[in-house]
Amino acid sequence: MSADGLGGLRVGVVTFPGSLDDVDAARAVRLAGGEAVALWHGDHDLRGVDAVVLPGGFSYGDYLRCGAIARFAPVMTEVVEAAGRGVPVLGICNGFQVLCESHLLPGALIRNDHRKFGCLDQRLVIENARTAWTSDYTEGQEVTVALKNGEGSYVADAATLDRLEGEGQVVARYVGANPNGSQRAIAGVTNAAGNVVGLMPHPEHAVEDLCGPGTDGLGFFTSVLARAASFS
Amino acid sequence: MARVVVDVMPKPEILDPQGKAVHGALPRLGFAGVVDVRQGKRFELEVEGEATDEVLAEVHRMAETLLSNPVIEDFAVRVEP
Repeated sequence: MSADGLGGLRVGVVTFPGSLDDVDAARAVRLAGGEAVALWHGDHDLRGVDAVVLPGGFSYGDYLRCGAIARFAPVMTEVVEAAGRGVPVLGICNGFQVLCESHLLPGALIRNDHRKFGCLDQRLVIENARTAWTSDYTEGQEVTVALKNGEGSYVADAATLDRLEGEGQVVARYVGANPNGSQRAIAGVTNAAGNVVGLMPHPEHAVEDLCGPGTDGLGFFTSVLARAASFS
Repeated sequence: MARVVVDVMPKPEILDPQGKAVHGALPRLGFAGVVDVRQGKRFELEVEGEATDEVLAEVHRMAETLLSNPVIEDFAVRVEP
Protein backbone atom coordinates (compact mmCIF):
# COMPACT_ATOMS: atom_id res chain seq x y z
CA MET A 1 0.00 0.00 0.00
CA SER A 2 1.21 3.46 -0.72
CA ALA A 3 1.06 6.39 1.65
CA ASP A 4 0.38 8.87 -1.13
CA GLY A 5 -2.81 7.37 -2.42
CA LEU A 6 -1.35 5.88 -5.61
CA GLY A 7 -1.92 2.29 -4.55
CA GLY A 8 -4.14 0.30 -6.84
CA LEU A 9 -2.81 1.80 -10.05
CA ARG A 10 -1.72 -1.09 -12.19
CA VAL A 11 1.47 -1.21 -14.25
CA GLY A 12 1.95 -4.22 -16.51
CA VAL A 13 5.39 -5.73 -16.99
CA VAL A 14 5.75 -7.93 -20.07
CA THR A 15 7.79 -11.12 -19.89
CA PHE A 16 9.22 -12.35 -23.18
CA PRO A 17 11.28 -15.53 -23.50
CA GLY A 18 14.71 -14.24 -22.44
CA SER A 19 13.54 -11.24 -20.42
CA LEU A 20 15.82 -10.76 -17.40
CA ASP A 21 14.69 -7.63 -15.60
CA ASP A 22 10.94 -8.17 -15.44
CA VAL A 23 11.06 -9.07 -11.73
CA ASP A 24 13.15 -5.99 -10.90
CA ALA A 25 10.79 -3.79 -12.94
CA ALA A 26 7.80 -5.22 -11.06
CA ARG A 27 9.57 -4.59 -7.77
CA ALA A 28 10.27 -0.98 -8.79
CA VAL A 29 6.57 -0.51 -9.57
CA ARG A 30 5.62 -1.81 -6.11
CA LEU A 31 8.25 0.32 -4.34
CA ALA A 32 6.85 3.35 -6.18
CA GLY A 33 3.42 2.53 -4.76
CA GLY A 34 1.73 0.79 -7.67
CA GLU A 35 0.47 -2.68 -8.37
CA ALA A 36 2.67 -4.68 -10.75
CA VAL A 37 0.77 -6.91 -13.16
CA ALA A 38 2.59 -9.72 -14.96
CA LEU A 39 1.88 -9.73 -18.71
CA TRP A 40 2.83 -12.62 -20.98
CA HIS A 41 4.31 -12.20 -24.45
CA GLY A 42 2.01 -14.85 -25.91
CA ASP A 43 -1.27 -13.29 -24.76
CA HIS A 44 -3.30 -10.73 -26.70
CA ASP A 45 -4.20 -9.16 -23.37
CA LEU A 46 -2.96 -6.19 -21.32
CA ARG A 47 -5.29 -7.09 -18.41
CA GLY A 48 -6.58 -3.55 -18.21
CA VAL A 49 -3.33 -2.01 -16.92
CA ASP A 50 -2.77 1.76 -16.68
CA ALA A 51 0.79 1.59 -18.08
CA VAL A 52 3.20 -0.96 -19.55
CA VAL A 53 6.91 -1.67 -19.01
CA LEU A 54 8.93 -3.66 -21.55
CA PRO A 55 11.87 -4.87 -19.46
CA GLY A 56 15.52 -5.50 -20.19
CA GLY A 57 17.05 -8.80 -21.14
CA PHE A 58 17.67 -10.78 -24.30
CA SER A 59 14.23 -11.50 -25.71
CA TYR A 60 14.31 -14.46 -28.09
CA GLY A 61 18.06 -14.68 -27.54
CA ASP A 62 18.58 -11.43 -29.51
CA TYR A 63 18.16 -13.61 -32.62
CA LEU A 64 18.11 -11.70 -35.94
CA ARG A 65 18.42 -8.28 -34.22
CA CYS A 66 17.79 -7.21 -30.63
CA GLY A 67 14.02 -6.84 -30.24
CA ALA A 68 13.26 -7.89 -33.82
CA ILE A 69 11.37 -11.08 -32.89
CA ALA A 70 9.76 -9.68 -29.72
CA ARG A 71 8.25 -6.93 -31.83
CA PHE A 72 5.95 -9.52 -33.41
CA ALA A 73 4.97 -11.23 -30.15
CA PRO A 74 1.17 -11.38 -29.71
CA VAL A 75 1.14 -8.95 -26.77
CA MET A 76 2.87 -6.29 -28.89
CA THR A 77 -0.28 -5.86 -31.00
CA GLU A 78 -2.01 -4.64 -27.84
CA VAL A 79 1.01 -2.60 -26.67
CA VAL A 80 1.21 -0.73 -29.99
CA GLU A 81 -2.55 -0.12 -29.95
CA ALA A 82 -2.47 1.09 -26.33
CA ALA A 83 0.50 3.36 -27.03
CA GLY A 84 -1.55 4.94 -29.81
CA ARG A 85 -4.32 5.65 -27.28
CA GLY A 86 -1.85 7.43 -25.00
CA VAL A 87 -1.24 4.64 -22.49
CA PRO A 88 2.26 5.17 -20.99
CA VAL A 89 4.81 2.64 -22.24
CA LEU A 90 8.42 2.44 -20.98
CA GLY A 91 10.99 0.27 -22.73
CA ILE A 92 14.18 -0.31 -20.79
CA CYS A 93 17.30 -1.61 -22.57
CA ASN A 94 15.96 -4.57 -24.56
CA GLY A 95 12.54 -2.96 -24.17
CA PHE A 96 13.92 0.19 -25.84
CA GLN A 97 15.18 -2.00 -28.68
CA VAL A 98 11.70 -3.55 -29.00
CA LEU A 99 10.09 -0.08 -29.15
CA CYS A 100 12.47 1.00 -31.93
CA GLU A 101 11.87 -2.21 -33.89
CA SER A 102 8.11 -1.63 -33.42
CA HIS A 103 8.47 1.89 -34.88
CA LEU A 104 6.94 3.33 -31.71
CA LEU A 105 10.20 5.26 -31.34
CA PRO A 106 12.59 6.49 -34.05
CA GLY A 107 16.14 5.25 -34.53
CA ALA A 108 17.80 1.97 -33.66
CA LEU A 109 20.31 0.50 -31.21
CA ILE A 110 23.47 -1.12 -32.50
CA ARG A 111 26.51 -2.77 -30.94
CA ASN A 112 28.60 -0.58 -28.62
CA ASP A 113 31.33 1.20 -30.55
CA HIS A 114 34.01 -0.26 -28.24
CA ARG A 115 32.57 -3.78 -28.84
CA LYS A 116 32.53 -4.69 -25.15
CA PHE A 117 29.59 -5.28 -22.85
CA GLY A 118 29.46 -2.37 -20.42
CA CYS A 119 28.19 -2.62 -16.84
CA LEU A 120 28.54 0.46 -14.65
CA ASP A 121 26.82 3.11 -12.59
CA GLN A 122 26.02 5.81 -15.14
CA ARG A 123 25.26 9.47 -14.65
CA LEU A 124 22.45 10.86 -16.83
CA VAL A 125 20.93 14.27 -17.27
CA ILE A 126 17.14 14.38 -17.59
CA GLU A 127 16.39 16.70 -20.50
CA ASN A 128 12.63 16.26 -20.78
CA ALA A 129 10.61 16.18 -17.55
CA ARG A 130 7.27 16.43 -19.37
CA THR A 131 6.91 12.78 -20.38
CA ALA A 132 4.64 10.30 -18.63
CA TRP A 133 7.73 8.67 -17.10
CA THR A 134 9.86 11.69 -16.10
CA SER A 135 7.48 14.25 -14.56
CA ASP A 136 8.89 13.67 -11.06
CA TYR A 137 12.29 14.90 -12.23
CA THR A 138 13.31 18.43 -13.14
CA GLU A 139 14.89 19.29 -16.46
CA GLY A 140 18.65 19.41 -16.10
CA GLN A 141 18.57 17.10 -13.07
CA GLU A 142 21.43 14.61 -12.95
CA VAL A 143 20.71 11.07 -11.78
CA THR A 144 22.78 7.91 -11.43
CA VAL A 145 21.38 4.54 -12.47
CA ALA A 146 22.81 1.23 -13.67
CA LEU A 147 23.80 0.83 -17.31
CA LYS A 148 24.46 -2.64 -18.74
CA ASN A 149 24.37 -3.31 -22.43
CA GLY A 150 26.21 -4.77 -25.37
CA GLU A 151 24.07 -3.17 -28.06
CA GLY A 152 23.18 0.19 -26.57
CA SER A 153 24.54 2.58 -29.17
CA TYR A 154 21.65 4.79 -30.26
CA VAL A 155 21.71 5.70 -33.96
CA ALA A 156 19.42 7.63 -36.29
CA ASP A 157 19.98 9.76 -39.36
CA ALA A 158 21.02 13.37 -38.83
CA ALA A 159 17.59 14.75 -39.76
CA THR A 160 15.91 12.51 -37.19
CA LEU A 161 18.43 13.49 -34.50
CA ASP A 162 17.91 17.18 -35.29
CA ARG A 163 14.14 16.72 -35.07
CA LEU A 164 14.38 14.83 -31.75
CA GLU A 165 16.53 17.58 -30.26
CA GLY A 166 14.41 20.35 -31.77
CA GLU A 167 11.15 18.89 -30.46
CA GLY A 168 12.55 18.07 -27.02
CA GLN A 169 12.20 14.33 -27.57
CA VAL A 170 15.59 13.54 -26.07
CA VAL A 171 14.57 12.37 -22.58
CA ALA A 172 18.03 11.72 -21.14
CA ARG A 173 21.67 11.99 -22.16
CA TYR A 174 24.82 10.38 -20.80
CA VAL A 175 26.96 12.67 -18.66
CA GLY A 176 30.73 12.28 -18.93
CA ALA A 177 32.34 9.76 -21.25
CA ASN A 178 29.93 8.30 -23.79
CA PRO A 179 29.56 4.69 -22.57
CA ASN A 180 28.49 3.03 -25.82
CA GLY A 181 28.93 5.37 -28.77
CA SER A 182 25.34 6.62 -28.82
CA GLN A 183 24.93 9.49 -31.24
CA ARG A 184 24.79 12.83 -29.45
CA ALA A 185 25.14 10.85 -26.17
CA ILE A 186 21.43 10.01 -26.26
CA ALA A 187 20.38 7.62 -23.47
CA GLY A 188 16.63 7.82 -23.98
CA VAL A 189 14.00 9.28 -26.30
CA THR A 190 10.24 9.77 -26.30
CA ASN A 191 7.55 9.90 -28.96
CA ALA A 192 5.88 13.17 -29.91
CA ALA A 193 3.02 12.59 -27.45
CA GLY A 194 5.39 11.90 -24.53
CA ASN A 195 3.69 8.67 -23.42
CA VAL A 196 6.21 6.25 -24.96
CA VAL A 197 9.75 6.41 -23.58
CA GLY A 198 12.74 4.25 -24.43
CA LEU A 199 15.73 4.22 -22.13
CA MET A 200 18.97 2.24 -22.44
CA PRO A 201 20.02 2.56 -18.76
CA HIS A 202 18.11 0.76 -16.00
CA PRO A 203 16.17 2.88 -13.52
CA GLU A 204 14.59 -0.28 -12.07
CA HIS A 205 18.04 -1.24 -10.72
CA ALA A 206 18.31 2.04 -8.78
CA VAL A 207 15.28 1.98 -6.50
CA GLU A 208 16.70 0.80 -3.16
CA ASP A 209 19.72 1.87 -1.14
CA LEU A 210 20.52 -1.73 -0.25
CA CYS A 211 21.63 -2.62 -3.76
CA GLY A 212 22.44 -0.58 -6.81
CA PRO A 213 23.69 2.98 -7.03
CA GLY A 214 20.90 4.56 -4.95
CA THR A 215 17.27 5.40 -5.54
CA ASP A 216 17.50 7.88 -8.42
CA GLY A 217 15.60 5.51 -10.72
CA LEU A 218 12.43 5.44 -8.66
CA GLY A 219 11.21 8.70 -10.22
CA PHE A 220 10.40 6.99 -13.52
CA PHE A 221 7.89 4.77 -11.73
CA THR A 222 6.44 7.40 -9.39
CA SER A 223 6.02 9.70 -12.41
CA VAL A 224 3.86 7.27 -14.31
CA LEU A 225 1.74 6.46 -11.26
CA ALA A 226 1.05 10.16 -10.73
CA ARG A 227 0.19 10.49 -14.40
CA ALA A 228 -2.10 7.46 -14.39
CA ALA A 229 -3.79 8.73 -11.21
CA SER A 230 -4.60 12.02 -12.92
CA PHE A 231 -6.46 10.12 -15.65
CA SER A 232 -8.41 7.78 -13.40
CA MET B 1 11.30 -24.92 -55.55
CA ALA B 2 13.43 -21.85 -56.03
CA ARG B 3 16.08 -20.38 -53.78
CA VAL B 4 15.87 -16.66 -53.16
CA VAL B 5 18.79 -14.99 -51.40
CA VAL B 6 18.43 -11.85 -49.31
CA ASP B 7 21.68 -10.08 -48.42
CA VAL B 8 21.42 -7.63 -45.53
CA MET B 9 24.24 -5.15 -44.88
CA PRO B 10 24.68 -2.30 -42.42
CA LYS B 11 24.17 1.02 -44.19
CA PRO B 12 27.49 2.60 -45.23
CA GLU B 13 27.12 5.45 -42.73
CA ILE B 14 26.35 3.10 -39.80
CA LEU B 15 29.30 2.00 -37.67
CA ASP B 16 29.94 -1.74 -38.01
CA PRO B 17 31.81 -2.83 -34.87
CA GLN B 18 31.77 -6.51 -35.89
CA GLY B 19 33.36 -5.72 -39.25
CA LYS B 20 35.94 -3.58 -37.45
CA ALA B 21 36.76 -6.47 -35.10
CA VAL B 22 37.28 -8.83 -38.05
CA HIS B 23 39.34 -6.18 -39.84
CA GLY B 24 41.51 -5.83 -36.74
CA ALA B 25 42.01 -9.59 -36.44
CA LEU B 26 43.18 -10.20 -40.01
CA PRO B 27 46.62 -8.54 -39.79
CA ARG B 28 47.22 -10.19 -36.42
CA LEU B 29 46.80 -13.51 -38.22
CA GLY B 30 49.21 -12.50 -40.97
CA PHE B 31 46.63 -11.55 -43.63
CA ALA B 32 47.76 -8.28 -45.15
CA GLY B 33 46.20 -5.86 -47.61
CA VAL B 34 42.57 -5.77 -46.42
CA VAL B 35 41.53 -2.12 -46.28
CA ASP B 36 38.07 -2.53 -44.72
CA VAL B 37 35.59 -5.21 -43.64
CA ARG B 38 31.81 -4.88 -43.38
CA GLN B 39 29.84 -7.75 -41.89
CA GLY B 40 26.26 -8.53 -42.92
CA LYS B 41 23.77 -11.38 -43.04
CA ARG B 42 22.70 -13.72 -45.83
CA PHE B 43 19.26 -15.35 -45.79
CA GLU B 44 18.49 -18.28 -48.09
CA LEU B 45 14.75 -18.71 -48.62
CA GLU B 46 13.45 -21.89 -50.24
CA VAL B 47 10.15 -20.91 -51.82
CA GLU B 48 7.40 -22.95 -53.43
CA GLY B 49 7.20 -22.91 -57.24
CA GLU B 50 9.02 -20.51 -59.50
CA ALA B 51 10.60 -17.25 -58.38
CA THR B 52 8.03 -15.11 -60.17
CA ASP B 53 7.81 -11.33 -59.90
CA GLU B 54 5.02 -11.81 -57.35
CA VAL B 55 7.19 -14.12 -55.23
CA LEU B 56 10.10 -11.69 -55.38
CA ALA B 57 7.82 -8.82 -54.41
CA GLU B 58 6.67 -10.86 -51.41
CA VAL B 59 10.28 -11.61 -50.42
CA HIS B 60 10.98 -7.90 -50.73
CA ARG B 61 8.20 -7.25 -48.20
CA MET B 62 9.63 -9.95 -45.89
CA ALA B 63 13.04 -8.29 -46.12
CA GLU B 64 11.80 -4.83 -45.20
CA THR B 65 9.40 -6.13 -42.51
CA LEU B 66 11.53 -8.68 -40.67
CA LEU B 67 14.85 -9.64 -42.23
CA SER B 68 16.28 -6.12 -42.16
CA ASN B 69 15.79 -2.96 -40.12
CA PRO B 70 15.62 -0.20 -42.76
CA VAL B 71 16.84 2.36 -40.20
CA ILE B 72 20.30 0.78 -40.08
CA GLU B 73 20.45 -1.81 -42.89
CA ASP B 74 20.13 -2.12 -46.67
CA PHE B 75 19.08 -5.33 -48.36
CA ALA B 76 19.25 -6.90 -51.81
CA VAL B 77 17.04 -9.73 -53.16
CA ARG B 78 18.24 -12.13 -55.87
CA VAL B 79 17.37 -15.55 -57.21
CA GLU B 80 20.02 -18.23 -56.80
CA PRO B 81 20.42 -20.05 -60.13
